[in-house]
Amino acid sequence: MPPPLQAHRLLISHRRLPTPARRRFTAVSSVQSAPATTLAPGPATSSILSIRESLLSGERTAVDITSEYLSRLRRTEPSVRSFIHVADAAAEREAEELDRRIASGEKDAVGPLAGVLVGVKDNLCTANMPSTGGSRILDGYRPAYDATAVRRLREAGAIVVGKTNLDEFGMGSTTEGSAFQVTTNPWDDSRVPGGSSGGSASAVSARQCVVSLGSDTGGSVRQPASFCGVVGLKPTYGRVSRFGLMAYASSLDVVGCFGSSVFDTATILSVVAGHDKMDSTSSSQDVPDYASELVSLDSLESKPLNGVRIGIIQETLGEGVDTGVVSSIKGAASHLERLGSVVEEVSLPSFSLGLPAYYILASSEASSNLSRYDGIRYGRQVSADDLNEVYGESRANGLGHEVKMRILMGTYALSAGYYDAYYKRAQQVRTLVKESFKDALERYDILVSPAAPSAAYKIGEKINDPLAMYAGDIMTVNVNLAGLPALVVPCGFVEGGAAGLPVGLQMIGSPFSEGNLLRVGHIFEQTLQNFSFVPPLLAEH
Amino acid sequence: MALTLLRGMRTPISFRSNSGLLFTVLRPRLSRFTTRAESAQATEPKAAPKSIQLATKEAAEQKTQGFEAVIGIETHVQLSTVTKAFCSCPYNYGSQPNSTICPTCMGHPGALPVLNEKVVECAVKLGLALNCEISMISKFDRKQYFYPDLPKGYQISQFDIPIAKKGYVNLDLPVEFGGGHRKFGITRVHMEEDAGKLLHSESRSYSQVDLNRAGVPLLEIVSEPDMRTGIEAAEYGAELQRIVRYLGVSNGNMQEGSLRCDVNVSVRPVGQSEFGTKVEIKNMNSFSEINRAIDYEISRQIMLHKEGQADQIVQETRLWDESSQKTFTMRKKEGLADYRYFPEPDLPEVVLSTDYIDEISKSMPELPEAKRRRYENMGLSMQDVLFLANDDNVAHFFDSTLEHGADAKLACNWIMGDIAAYLKNEKLSINETKLTPLELSELIESIKNGTISGKIGKEILVELIAKGGTVKGVIEEKDLVQIADPAAIEAMVDKVIADNPKQLEQYRAGKTKLQGFFAGQVMKASKGKANPVLLNKILGEKLNAN
Repeated sequence: MPPPLQAHRLLISHRRLPTPARRRFTAVSSVQSAPATTLAPGPATSSILSIRESLLSGERTAVDITSEYLSRLRRTEPSVRSFIHVADAAAEREAEELDRRIASGEKDAVGPLAGVLVGVKDNLCTANMPSTGGSRILDGYRPAYDATAVRRLREAGAIVVGKTNLDEFGMGSTTEGSAFQVTTNPWDDSRVPGGSSGGSASAVSARQCVVSLGSDTGGSVRQPASFCGVVGLKPTYGRVSRFGLMAYASSLDVVGCFGSSVFDTATILSVVAGHDKMDSTSSSQDVPDYASELVSLDSLESKPLNGVRIGIIQETLGEGVDTGVVSSIKGAASHLERLGSVVEEVSLPSFSLGLPAYYILASSEASSNLSRYDGIRYGRQVSADDLNEVYGESRANGLGHEVKMRILMGTYALSAGYYDAYYKRAQQVRTLVKESFKDALERYDILVSPAAPSAAYKIGEKINDPLAMYAGDIMTVNVNLAGLPALVVPCGFVEGGAAGLPVGLQMIGSPFSEGNLLRVGHIFEQTLQNFSFVPPLLAEH
Repeated sequence: MALTLLRGMRTPISFRSNSGLLFTVLRPRLSRFTTRAESAQATEPKAAPKSIQLATKEAAEQKTQGFEAVIGIETHVQLSTVTKAFCSCPYNYGSQPNSTICPTCMGHPGALPVLNEKVVECAVKLGLALNCEISMISKFDRKQYFYPDLPKGYQISQFDIPIAKKGYVNLDLPVEFGGGHRKFGITRVHMEEDAGKLLHSESRSYSQVDLNRAGVPLLEIVSEPDMRTGIEAAEYGAELQRIVRYLGVSNGNMQEGSLRCDVNVSVRPVGQSEFGTKVEIKNMNSFSEINRAIDYEISRQIMLHKEGQADQIVQETRLWDESSQKTFTMRKKEGLADYRYFPEPDLPEVVLSTDYIDEISKSMPELPEAKRRRYENMGLSMQDVLFLANDDNVAHFFDSTLEHGADAKLACNWIMGDIAAYLKNEKLSINETKLTPLELSELIESIKNGTISGKIGKEILVELIAKGGTVKGVIEEKDLVQIADPAAIEAMVDKVIADNPKQLEQYRAGKTKLQGFFAGQVMKASKGKANPVLLNKILGEKLNAN
């Protein structure tokens, strides 16, 4: 029998922390006395802090922590299927090595993420593990290098526990588009986890790892975060290096993070963000220590969001959005008001234009970015009698249906004679979308909306209806077109499954305002009463 | 990381097929060096440029009997930057296949390009040298096609906003080809990356890809269709080569492919403003081949016109075959290739400041055209001017010699005469010899002031080129100071006359040509050191005495 989830250990007080953090994080001290075996309702806690603390205090070893996560992973993986590749042996080895260093007194050498198990979306390159992008054409491919985001995690002491499942090359909203397996939603195994970073979201939701990396081109971090009841952050375009991220749509792609709390999400963002000389689109803006700027619960004023102006996007609460989702978001809005902010409805007139523009631009760039998967230098090659056949057969066999469809759409949109009508027009729309966000963000600090028009739907439900699936991206694609940061925080439930299905609140800010989003998101999360976002899958044991 | 990388990649990536791959068959759709804009040029009628010089026009008309050729050239110049355009791999011509590659230039998943700033600097330098407008904001675009030597499936290039445009180049045609000054328009200069190379197995059953060259920076220079003859085109290419060498942006070596010219040739009746159908010619490895290939192609097209078979001239790519001195069809163009250009999202725009351009502008060396005009103003003949200015090293040597006080015409004569002959014989370039400009100026001075004779000077020169040293040193070592003491010469003259009574008798009987014989004997006795003027004067007096 695998051991049960040791919730008491996850809920350890942060009071005993050493003092590096500027403001001590003591938000969860109130639940310290909660019964150990109960996943009590209450604010999400930082797993990273509790791991760090127990390692530094000697209460637990990295091997203990790793084996706790790995055993939970082994227990839940048969039904969730978050991982394409699990590096359990390597993770155990790294944990042992860490324990040795701690034992020999090298406490200073223990990085900020020491002993933290991370899941990495399989479209991020990892030097010692397969990296497939969820595609048959890269089956067996092992990159020569680590993606910058992965390298930075490892340098901070994190242990990469495996590669998570995704829609092939990030193209999809359900993770059903993986060439290898279908991931299920930890809240209901008949439902999708969302996508394309579905594996990364479900892995954190099922506590198979502490935090994870995903990528967000049109909502691929935020929508699965909403579906799985975890925190998901899509940073500003350029905030995190794309080096080592298999490009889907280069002008939209961002590496994002998942955590079970805003604090954890903020912690890994500080580690992975920052300029990278290998990515000339990465920003050289300073990276703050996001987590240290979060205000702890017991030092909060009664109206901590006083003076914060929040706009709730009108167009996201209308037709086509589930009533349960709408009421969750409205409830979240009232909660934000109670915390002292001013919440008003705001209209973004160009909102509905974003979706078609997104699909043209993303497909156009994808048609070019995926040309390198030709079977010549790496990946699967089909032998043939002539060169065009080698290309044709390798790509026909190696690439999946959705990917082929987008390559065709993109190729068409960029063709001579169509370029102006499609690509150029879509770029003009993109400018409009940017401007309308800019306008609204001059009047409001944060814009809020649902992260998806519905909660998680059934596996297979939209698989033969691509347009319905594309329509599900309506809440998120505009943010990518404008290059803005957005944080999704679980805010409520709708009916469905055994325990209800989580709904996420999307909070959108101005470029490089991640700090503010995380601050507000953290206050929202810490003050949200009566919800637990630990899936029933874990409570059963 | 690098080690692992190379271990996996050192062996050439082989590309197999079951029963023979013929890449030549597959080339048709892959005309790599034409862009939408350039292809459009061919179909749009355009007025003849004003710069056509009447003299050649007449000459050409006579030779081509009422027809006129229109020639435009696309030149690819490989930059000699330390690293490639978008990654930090070096490039060395001829190195072991796949030894200078990385995930970026191999097009591995997730790898991104980062622009080498030196490429922009080279492009701006060349743009300024070609009198172009520099784009303060330009960008990169992706040119998309599939070929095994193109790792990413697209080439990073520039499409609608090249870094430099609307320039011109001035040149002087060689005297032996009739001479004359020419000005040819430059349409644009843009930055792009080179592709790798395919190595075909002898059996042709498989091909291998060498990606060393993939990602090496290129500048593509597109000329206006301003040239009318093979020699004009060849000289245009040669002038570009001189310019890139003067600037130090490329070695301009055609054999190594550092400078490649693709030539477009069409023919039209004189007086017609529309262009004829253009044919592209490739595979010329020297400027002389460019000259001959174009002249061949012009006469082929004129012949077809005259025979009423102008419709046989089709848009195609022809290859120059040096052994038969003819062009052959390589592939017919199947309509326009669609490269689906779009802005490269992985690279930010290239934004230049006026300060940056001014800085480069200030650092520019004197260019061939300015040099030629300067030499011309020194009173040198055009033949001299071209000889000196055609080679940066020679020009530099010449200028240094003048700085040490030498006379321009004398220095030029030495360089073009004895020095050039020696270099040609030994297959050396002027900066590979041990002769310094200072010593050449010393040599010239020593002759001028009578220390040595011109003949001795030539001997000393050979010594200096081969072994180095100073003029003074060689003169002393070999005791070569000219004998200018009349008494000493008189003594030698007396002795020679006394030793040759028979010849003296003949001379005095009227065979005065024998003075040469006596002069030679005296010179021989002096080991060549006697001052010839003095010698002849004294000898004449002595022979005619009585």
